Amino acid sequence: MNLSTRSRLSSAVLAAGLMCTATACTTNNPGGVTGGGTQAAGGSGALTVSSTDTECKVSAATAPSGNIVFSVTNDGSKVTEFYLLADDGLRIVGEVENIGPGLKRDLVVKAAPGKYFTACKPGMIGDGIRAPFTVTDSGADLAATGADKELVDTANQQYASYVKDQTEQLSAKTAQFVAAYRAGDDAKARSLYAVARTHWERIEPVAESFGDLDPKMDLREADLEPGQKWTGWHVMEKDLWPPKTGYQALTTAQRAAMADQLTADTKTLYDRTRSMTFTVDQIGNGAKSLLDEVATGKVTGEEEAWSHTDLWDFQANVDGARVAWEGLRPILKKKDAALDASIALKFSALQKLLDQHKQGDGFVTYDKLTKAQVKDLSDAVNALSEPLSKLAGAVTL
Amino acid sequence: MSEREVSRRGLIGFAGATVAVGAAGFAGGRASAAEASDGADGSGNGATATGPTQQNAPASHPFYGTHQSGIVTPAQDRLHFAAFDVTSTSRDDLVALLTAWTAAAAELTAGRPVGGDPTSYDSPPNDTGEAEGLSAARLTLTFGFGPSLFRDAAGKDRFGLAARQPVLLKRLPHFPADALDPQRSDGDLCVQACADDPQVAVHAIRNLSRIAMGTAALRWSQLGFGRTSSTSTTQQTPRNLFGFKDGTANLKAEDPAMLDQHVWVGAGDDPKADWLAGGSYLVARRIAMHIETWDRASLREQENLVGRDRPAGAPLSGGTEFSEPNFATKGREDKPLMAMNSHVRMAHPTQNGGVRMLRRGYNYTDGNDALGRLDAGLFFLAYVRDPAKQYIPMQTKMSRQDGLMEYLQHRASALFAIPPGAAQGEHIGQALFS
Repeated sequence: MNLSTRSRLSSAVLAAGLMCTATACTTNNPGGVTGGGTQAAGGSGALTVSSTDTECKVSAATAPSGNIVFSVTNDGSKVTEFYLLADDGLRIVGEVENIGPGLKRDLVVKAAPGKYFTACKPGMIGDGIRAPFTVTDSGADLAATGADKELVDTANQQYASYVKDQTEQLSAKTAQFVAAYRAGDDAKARSLYAVARTHWERIEPVAESFGDLDPKMDLREADLEPGQKWTGWHVMEKDLWPPKTGYQALTTAQRAAMADQLTADTKTLYDRTRSMTFTVDQIGNGAKSLLDEVATGKVTGEEEAWSHTDLWDFQANVDGARVAWEGLRPILKKKDAALDASIALKFSALQKLLDQHKQGDGFVTYDKLTKAQVKDLSDAVNALSEPLSKLAGAVTL
Repeated sequence: MSEREVSRRGLIGFAGATVAVGAAGFAGGRASAAEASDGADGSGNGATATGPTQQNAPASHPFYGTHQSGIVTPAQDRLHFAAFDVTSTSRDDLVALLTAWTAAAAELTAGRPVGGDPTSYDSPPNDTGEAEGLSAARLTLTFGFGPSLFRDAAGKDRFGLAARQPVLLKRLPHFPADALDPQRSDGDLCVQACADDPQVAVHAIRNLSRIAMGTAALRWSQLGFGRTSSTSTTQQTPRNLFGFKDGTANLKAEDPAMLDQHVWVGAGDDPKADWLAGGSYLVARRIAMHIETWDRASLREQENLVGRDRPAGAPLSGGTEFSEPNFATKGREDKPLMAMNSHVRMAHPTQNGGVRMLRRGYNYTDGNDALGRLDAGLFFLAYVRDPAKQYIPMQTKMSRQDGLMEYLQHRASALFAIPPGAAQGEHIGQALFS
């Protein structure tokens, strides 16, 4: 590079650098293939907020409509929060909570033109340090802004009902399974094992949210800590599909003890889920978690090491994720139709693949799958999981 | 402007610069990309501001240009190479992927995070984050198309592209002594990520793989930790894992006439595949080295098998590294100083009808095998205008006669067509689809 090029360059650099500040360094990158959809359709605003113990300094009091990013830094000594409130000063348009001193967190909101309030809440108490904030009309398409309360309530209620229904079926099927197991009717117990577990797997993130129940009910042998007592589904799985050598079958008394324990734990789960409530981000994240379960446990064949009934669990996880997404669809379709379409497409592709392995009322066992078939399933899970991981963010934006 | 929107390069790329200058560096990549239409590296790609370490090496390479970068670009130190299977059956999906990859590649090579605006706290971030705070590290991303993109194993046209499949784009033949692992061979698409920082190269492949999910899935990938070739006269010749200088006689960026003759596909080369003009073919071979037995060979044997001396890399016929080997020079008992089965004699252009390659390979080590032997070797990469003339005959001969083959085993193989560079507003390989 010669000298004249260099000097020409630096002035261009300088000009562009200043421009960059004025337009807040927006980029024109369209984002991912699947249309993640969290980018603004039109204008985009980035603002900084400095929250101290006594002040709430927002870099501007106005921004164009569309996606607005508040980069909130806690410059104070107390844990703080930042809110964008509607003009009634009550309705929360967007919030970031639990920002520790010195930390920075972005609040991304999709805001329509209008009057708002910004509020920092150092110490997380009181009404916060408020200031008026105006969103000007940028012409951005904002068909869906703010959460439609009715849709949100419906989605939450539907999901709570689903969880209740699944735990009811889990209780009933588990009762049949343990009866057969206790009676030594191994053939019947084997035929009921995967069927009963389906109802567990459909709501696995909910069941796992009870930190005391999950290890008692669903622990795999490989996950045992030294000295830990092994109980639950997988003890009975190994007893029903025992390894050829080196395995001591459980006695009738031991079987009865395992059956009693599982029955009692299932009853506890049932009781606790009667009055559970959910939020849309929990439901969205639940859908993603179910696919994570598939990606880490089922697709590798680790979950059902003895029965190889992983495809039953796989299907149940997918069922549960689908129900969660379907409940959120009315909201998602308004907020990000492209993401919704992408998820729909990937669900059906994965289901088509799963259907190829159906046999009778269930599936072939996992040890019958070829490496290539497992790879295809894994690819389809990845294809669905990427857009699904954006569901919670999209419905809460 | 928050720190996050400042590019990685903006923060770090200009070592010792003030914060204000660092922020200006963010825009520098853009300004110069638009301004400099032709780079000094002969790639047709403009080069950005001078970096802090190497006087002649730019801090970053722009993605858009006449030819793809990462070919005659001075070989960077690290590699992450990835091959993908297209899992979708839709041509629109494939085009959407190439469009998204192109946008992401322009960001990545400039040292910017992928995906633009910050996302909601309840969403996964667009960029995976591990390259934040690092420079662009002269990252280049080079994309290619495998024969299986055009036709499946049964010969079926997959995406309506079969009529435009280049005649020369077919799976390489089986060479004697090949022990290929099909899982690590071939692929519909490839991405070569080269950078001076391994984390930057891996970050690029990781994010491109993530973007591809649902359309294409990672088939195999290979890390290379050290370059084995120099593609510019400004670079020193590095050494391969045999301890010898490699690629001394390589094609260099400073000789555009030779590049036109041996690397770039010409406008009339393949009338059905005119979209490939300005592109190239990439031969990829994973060549394992039997490290332990090599290390037990006498220096006499090692030098005779290679045909060069180990300290300087000079041909055994005499001179210095860049002296032309004289294959006629004889020593005692009238034997040639350059042994008949020496690697240099086998590979030298004068022994192969004058054909040349642009080699761009990397040393690799994937840990060790179950017997405690290093799983190491050369990930051979070579860009040629015509694989049927420039690679296949030579490899056929070498796999039978090259004395080094005793210490080598070819374990994976792939051939890709490398489309020309994309202009701003185009996606990579656009001419193939239009």
